[in-house]
Amino acid sequence: MAESRQLCTFVVDGLLLGIDVRQVQEVFRSQEMTAVPLADPSVAGLLNLRGQIVTAIDLRTRLGLGPRPDGIDPMHVVIRTDDGAVSLLVDEIGDVIESGDDVLERPPETLVGGVRRMIQGVYKLAGRLLLVLDTETALTFDVVRG
Amino acid sequence: MNEMDDVVREFLVESNEGLDQLDRDLVALEQDPGNRDLLARIFRCIHTVKGTCGFLGFSKLESVTHVGESLLALLRDGARRMNPDRATALLRLVDAVREILGHIEQSGEEGDGNYDALVATLTELQGPDAPAAAAPAEPEAEPEAPAKNMGDILIERGLVEPEQVAEAAEEQKKGDPRRIGEILVEKAHVPPHAIVEALESQTDAKPGSSVADSSVRVDVGLLDRLMNLVGELVLARNQIVQHPIVGQDGMLAATCQRLNLITTELQEGVMKTRMQPIGTIWSRFPRVVRDLSVTCKKQVRVEMEGKETELDRTIIEAIKDPLTHIVRNSVDHGIEKPADRVKAGKPAEGCLQMRAFHEGGQVNIEIIDDGGGINPVKIKAKAVQKGLLTQEQADRMSDREAVNLIFAPGFSTAEQVTNVSGRGVGMDVVRTNIERIGGTVDVTSVLGQGTTLRIKIPLTLAIVPALIVSAGSQRYAIPQVSLVELVRVDGDDIPRAIETIDGTPLYRLRGNLLPLVQLTHALRLVANRWAPPTDRPINIVVLQADGVTFGLVVDDVNDTQEIVVKPLGKHLKGLTGFAGATIMGDGRVALILDVFGIAQGAGVAGKVRDRSIPGESLQVADADQSVWRTLLLFDVGEGRRFAVPLSSVARLEEFPPTAVEIAEGREVVQYRGGIMPLGRVADVLGCADSRDPEANLAVVVHGAGRERVGLVVGRVHDIVEESVTYPPETAGRIVAVSTVIQGKVTDVLDVGALARSFGTLQTYGGHGG
Repeated sequence: MAESRQLCTFVVDGLLLGIDVRQVQEVFRSQEMTAVPLADPSVAGLLNLRGQIVTAIDLRTRLGLGPRPDGIDPMHVVIRTDDGAVSLLVDEIGDVIESGDDVLERPPETLVGGVRRMIQGVYKLAGRLLLVLDTETALTFDVVRG
Repeated sequence: MNEMDDVVREFLVESNEGLDQLDRDLVALEQDPGNRDLLARIFRCIHTVKGTCGFLGFSKLESVTHVGESLLALLRDGARRMNPDRATALLRLVDAVREILGHIEQSGEEGDGNYDALVATLTELQGPDAPAAAAPAEPEAEPEAPAKNMGDILIERGLVEPEQVAEAAEEQKKGDPRRIGEILVEKAHVPPHAIVEALESQTDAKPGSSVADSSVRVDVGLLDRLMNLVGELVLARNQIVQHPIVGQDGMLAATCQRLNLITTELQEGVMKTRMQPIGTIWSRFPRVVRDLSVTCKKQVRVEMEGKETELDRTIIEAIKDPLTHIVRNSVDHGIEKPADRVKAGKPAEGCLQMRAFHEGGQVNIEIIDDGGGINPVKIKAKAVQKGLLTQEQADRMSDREAVNLIFAPGFSTAEQVTNVSGRGVGMDVVRTNIERIGGTVDVTSVLGQGTTLRIKIPLTLAIVPALIVSAGSQRYAIPQVSLVELVRVDGDDIPRAIETIDGTPLYRLRGNLLPLVQLTHALRLVANRWAPPTDRPINIVVLQADGVTFGLVVDDVNDTQEIVVKPLGKHLKGLTGFAGATIMGDGRVALILDVFGIAQGAGVAGKVRDRSIPGESLQVADADQSVWRTLLLFDVGEGRRFAVPLSSVARLEEFPPTAVEIAEGREVVQYRGGIMPLGRVADVLGCADSRDPEANLAVVVHGAGRERVGLVVGRVHDIVEESVTYPPETAGRIVAVSTVIQGKVTDVLDVGALARSFGTLQTYGGHGG
């Protein structure tokens, strides 16, 4: 049960989130994006990743958190999916953390809304909670805006 | 296990290739029953399939192919003659094999089809020919030159005695696994080099084997990746060649020149690898025509010209269904019955000609029949009757225009039945699909002499010329196929040139009124409706898509460029306004506009209806129109008929009964990553639900995201164009109005009200966007 995993961590609106490090293709600082009118608000834009067109999803919007304050230069966490690469826009990138012998626990009841739905579970780190993001849920949404 | 999968995959690929050839050969054999080459090839193909599937343990496939092989063996040996019954049975065998292979491909199992009847027919047909059909025995055919065996060659060359060969053959029979040659060498009857020479002469006699050896099977995905990389290289090359430093350094300039040439050549080479001859999809048409002409009791001969004409594989895929539909139409409606043809002084056998050739950087495909032609007067009358035209419009219309009405949406209702049930496409969908890949289709017809359909399509979709425009500080690419002209109106002229009727700005273009759409408004970058400015000039890009012409107002027109088309990710695929994206010279991404989608979104496209072939999503439009033009007809298991506006239908789906789960005490299914509640229309309307509980559920999906519900209906019948007035006082009622459609009293339902009566789920597990 408590199999050790390596998690790539990042911060979104003060929450420490993690995904399996094997899912991550690369991480880089924000670059110019092309906005996509008519798309879901969480689609931050399109970017050119060495000739591949990658959709960037803003995790703040996706998780129902507040807009990113000015002065935070977001980072792209590009993950591999069955439908090609997708970039997750986060506030800040953290360390790669080994889950060790900890047990993945159910998300606490206090979490609400979008966050709770998209969390697989929680690791209790010293002094901080690490929320494991369910990328599949986070990346599944309808195409057309309202 | 994995290794086994590879073997099966290889088997599937090879068998499917063989089957396509088989279809062609069988139809050809019917024309030329004595052709031994054809028979030998057919026999070999079935024999190979049988042998391999026995080895892989597909017993059902083996039993079916086994009886087929027995019949073919009799035919090949001249013991039985080919006749239409045998041809039909053998073609059914090919279908059965294809079906089983399909099952194997999907599930690894042979499926639960029952082929006993086919096996029985094939067995029965192995019986002796009816005496009347018995023809004088054909002269014993010469032993086939290519198939000469090793023993014969060696005897012919005087290297061995016939007895020695017989002796070796005897050993083989006893179970010696070696070949005749090996046995002879071992017994020192012949020197090894003689065997090698004889083998060479054997191989020489097999035509085409050297071609097969020099080609390699390549994964299509790999080709696509290569194409992508070449696209990148082209962009990088463009950036380097334009760099100012290049001009200052002679050495660098020369290298750049070489880079330029090599890139161009590489681009052409990679494009070529993706090309396939059109023959790969044409090969199935002789079979299609044969089957259809048997059903329609017609005689049709197919002639093909330009089978080797090459096209990009994505285009080949895209034109497969439209072409099939055109061919079926030509046989079904074009070519007359033999008796009528003779009466008209034509040979009883009709001729369907298919031609393909390159011209002006495009591929031309012509489908020509020598049938009765299209009667423009009848076409006009039908169009007027269907309300597509007024009598006055019809009178003014030329014959040529009238004939092209067959492509008008809603012209042919018969086709739309099959459209819903997923068996084919209507002529308007044919046109839409051809236009979608940047092609055009045109029909000409001479009454009494025949009809010609002419399709022009681009060679490739991967790189297209496009006009780059900007709006709202972003650039967009518009494929040039949709571009008609560019118009610039100076500020002073605007009040005179642009009128506004009912809030829609219109531009007078040479006497015609052109509806204007502002790009930033169509993309909802600005909320306000557009009002023409009076202080500065405006740029109008005149566009045409699917018979709709409109003017797109953009901030700026930049230039034209060859762009590399790239698909959008799955989160954006459903957006109607964009056809894809491309990377500009400066490395930034630009969206490619889908002109028809924009027209539709802005409300300038005439009718909102299903323009997609089955499998693609239907368009969702506002459901608050008071006149519903396109209606989806269905029942709920008993006699009563119902209709809902197609504009309120998001998709049609089918679910097996096992997919239905229970949540919050009601039926739900998992759908598109969420949970969709189901509502049985029969329960709401108080009808008896007499459907088979084991049968798949036909579900009309309404709404999106959280609001999405699935309406379980009995059977979907048809899509019709009906002008139904929706009285405002019925708002909120489930049965909005009752009317007569197709001679039956039909209740038109308000889907919104119906869906509300089901309610939505509290803990909806989806991810509404």
